[in-house]
Amino acid sequence: MEQAAPDPERLWQPAPLEPLSHPDAGLESMVGEETKGARDEGPGDGTMTENNFSLKKIEISVSEAEKRTGRNAMNMQETYTAYLIETRSVEHNDGQSVLTDSLWRRYSEFELLRNYLLVYYPHIVVPPLPEKRAEFVWHKLSADNMDPDFVERRRIGLENFLLRVASHPILCRDKIFYLFLTQEGNWKETVNETGFQLKADSRLKALNATFRVKNPDKRFIELKHYSDELQSVISHLLRVRARVADRLYGVYKVHGNYGRVFSEWSAIEKEMGDGLQSAGHHMDVYASSIDDILEDEEHYADQLKEYLFYAEALRAVCRKHELMQYDLEMAAQDLASKKQQCEELATGTVRTFSLKGMTTKLFGQETPEQREARIKMLEEQIKEGEQQLKSKNLEGREFVRNAWADIERFKEQKNHDLKEALISYAVMQISMCKKGIQVWTNAKECFSKM
Amino acid sequence: MGKLGEAGLAATAGPARTLGMEGECRASQARSWGLPAGGAGGDSPGGDAPLPGSISSSSLLQAEVLDLDEDEDDLEVFSKDASLMDMNSFSPLMPTSPLSMINQVKFEDEPDLKDLFITVDEPESHVTTIETFITYRIITKTSRGEFDSSEFEVRRRYQDFLWLKEKLEEAHPTLIIPPLPEKFIVKGMVERFNDDFIETRRKALHKFLNRIADHPTLTFNEDFKIFLTAQASEFSSHKKQGPGLLSRMGQSVRAVALSMRGVKSRPEEFMEMNNFIEIFSQKINLIDKISQRIYKEEREYLDEMKEYGPIHILWSASEEDLADTLKSVASCIDKCCKATEKRMSGFSEALLPVVHEYVLYSEMLMLTEEIGKLEDKVECANNALKADWERWKQNMQNDIKSAFTNMAEENILYYEQCLATWESFLTSQTDLHLEEASEDKL
Repeated sequence: MEQAAPDPERLWQPAPLEPLSHPDAGLESMVGEETKGARDEGPGDGTMTENNFSLKKIEISVSEAEKRTGRNAMNMQETYTAYLIETRSVEHNDGQSVLTDSLWRRYSEFELLRNYLLVYYPHIVVPPLPEKRAEFVWHKLSADNMDPDFVERRRIGLENFLLRVASHPILCRDKIFYLFLTQEGNWKETVNETGFQLKADSRLKALNATFRVKNPDKRFIELKHYSDELQSVISHLLRVRARVADRLYGVYKVHGNYGRVFSEWSAIEKEMGDGLQSAGHHMDVYASSIDDILEDEEHYADQLKEYLFYAEALRAVCRKHELMQYDLEMAAQDLASKKQQCEELATGTVRTFSLKGMTTKLFGQETPEQREARIKMLEEQIKEGEQQLKSKNLEGREFVRNAWADIERFKEQKNHDLKEALISYAVMQISMCKKGIQVWTNAKECFSKM
Repeated sequence: MGKLGEAGLAATAGPARTLGMEGECRASQARSWGLPAGGAGGDSPGGDAPLPGSISSSSLLQAEVLDLDEDEDDLEVFSKDASLMDMNSFSPLMPTSPLSMINQVKFEDEPDLKDLFITVDEPESHVTTIETFITYRIITKTSRGEFDSSEFEVRRRYQDFLWLKEKLEEAHPTLIIPPLPEKFIVKGMVERFNDDFIETRRKALHKFLNRIADHPTLTFNEDFKIFLTAQASEFSSHKKQGPGLLSRMGQSVRAVALSMRGVKSRPEEFMEMNNFIEIFSQKINLIDKISQRIYKEEREYLDEMKEYGPIHILWSASEEDLADTLKSVASCIDKCCKATEKRMSGFSEALLPVVHEYVLYSEMLMLTEEIGKLEDKVECANNALKADWERWKQNMQNDIKSAFTNMAEENILYYEQCLATWESFLTSQTDLHLEEASEDKL
């Protein structure tokens, strides 16, 4: 089942981690070729690696990035980067992979895919995309989107995104996702034809719900709180890390100056000359070692950033819950008021204020027939309302159940991934220390021979 | 190093060495504190860390002389009992550490044994109607006969050090006089008496006096002795005794003296020295700047790191499974911070002062040679200067070598400490992982 993967790019996590030890989190994922429907949200159909799963296994990689020029929507020339997505299908038994699809996509298409997933799977914590613009940079990296280092890290991030979606038990079956990997032309039209933009909840509505909902599920309140904290603490950590990296860079690089000066000085020294010269060389080695060290650390930062963005995905699920709950509460309120109105009309007592009631009082009573008609109408509305409430209730509970299942899955993934990331940070520090010991031991030898 | 080979130097050095030990001359081989001979700075003259070997041989020495019990090991008693050593009147000060130089005997063929130990400490502020200034306490411990006592304590201010330097330059125009720390603050500090500045200056003044003490010729200079021993009123009246023939004009004194002495010319050696000084001066200045810069960068790195650890603790408060790992990471980062602090303090104790002192030396040497160039007749390669030059170069090489070796050691130690910290974190995490895995299997 697990394939030997010489190429670290295929790993779920960004390089240079070792492959995850968890057997299910391998390089491969299942994607349905004929999916029942994009929105089929059945409960998780077993794990990805069940042998009786009839879907083909595939490998996904974002293997290249290329600068392109083209014309944008306003017919102006623009430069952008395109990424090559290669899909390989893996034969069950012999484990060989065959290239089945290969196409180019740009970042905006990834965004479109994600937005689509957000609308159709609101109960899922949808994996985030790598950042659009470079943030939390320290001075060496440019914040330019065209910078090759940035592009490279983005390539890895996009691959990671696809792998996350592909290994999600529910998202992996989505047809639009499948087409994203396989249908180069017309994919955008296909997505837009689903009309998902129309289905999207308006932000205003969502905001309104957040403030007005009375009884959201407590767990979601806690989750929202947690996601705020996570976002805040990871941002802070990334900011300080960037500053630490900047300073460390300074310390190392200044030592390089010793190299130059020692070398010049050695020219006038007879006994000390050789020692100075060779010590100087080691100072140069020390100074240049920081570049690789910090590049590795950048991958660590990317892992943290992914979870920074995941916090937003968590919040999105919470928002959806609030919206549904608000909707439910409004519907219940509306139903209750209609029932009351009906009762008042029937018994003739007016307890609640209504415009009709007022105008009736002012301009004269309505006829019994009119009243009857109104009561009938209300009764129908009440019936409808009760049906709606029932189904909304059901929907709401279904949503909470499914969302919570995915949240639990997410929590486990998060704990695992972040722990691995912290361990990889320690590994990097260890490697840096070992290099330091070596260089300074060499330098010390040179100094003591002077 | 510090060899008294040349006739000129030996003449001045000779008599002082054997004075005062006429009574019981013991060939004590007990060297003090394993300090390298003569030139390597003499940083810690205060007898704080005696070598066991020295104590026992000294005490044996004394036991025989005093005819005391052999297990009498109160060395402080011995060191104060001057009459047995047949010295002039003593005025012992407060009890000192056991390894007093009284028990050191110097012979002419062992010029490397120190018999003069100087410390500069306890800066104190003095406020008068006219000015505010700082004095430093100078403690001298010696076994030399020409000193009236074995221990002296005086207070001097920077002005007094300047006076001493000028007197030495007057008296020994062909010798390389150690540099004084800068008179004024260079890098835009606001307070004149900022703590760091005072401490840096104190260390440099301490170095200055010890360098003189270690110099085979300068150590016996009369003004030096007075500087170390005279109490306030005696000292001020001595200072007032005019500057002699030459007025106090710093470096130009040397040039004039040189020309007056009609030093013989040796062009090739002069050119070599010239060339060396010029390049050395450039390089040492650069090294000083680089070193200061490294210190500054490390300081800023440390400041950021100090903020980095606590964020992980903050994060751990929102997490359950991850809390322990995050706390461990925070603790590792804190340990690395401490290791960084240690490295920085080692750097500022060892490397920075040494490099800076040589910057001052080189400024002085450059000036001398500058003036020398102007005076056609002035060549500076008579024997005394040549020997002193060689001695200076040798010291310089040793000092630089030690300072940089020390820096390398500090760095190695730093990385080793950090390595151990992170490795133990890793072990604890993988152990936990194995534990959890085996629990799952149950």
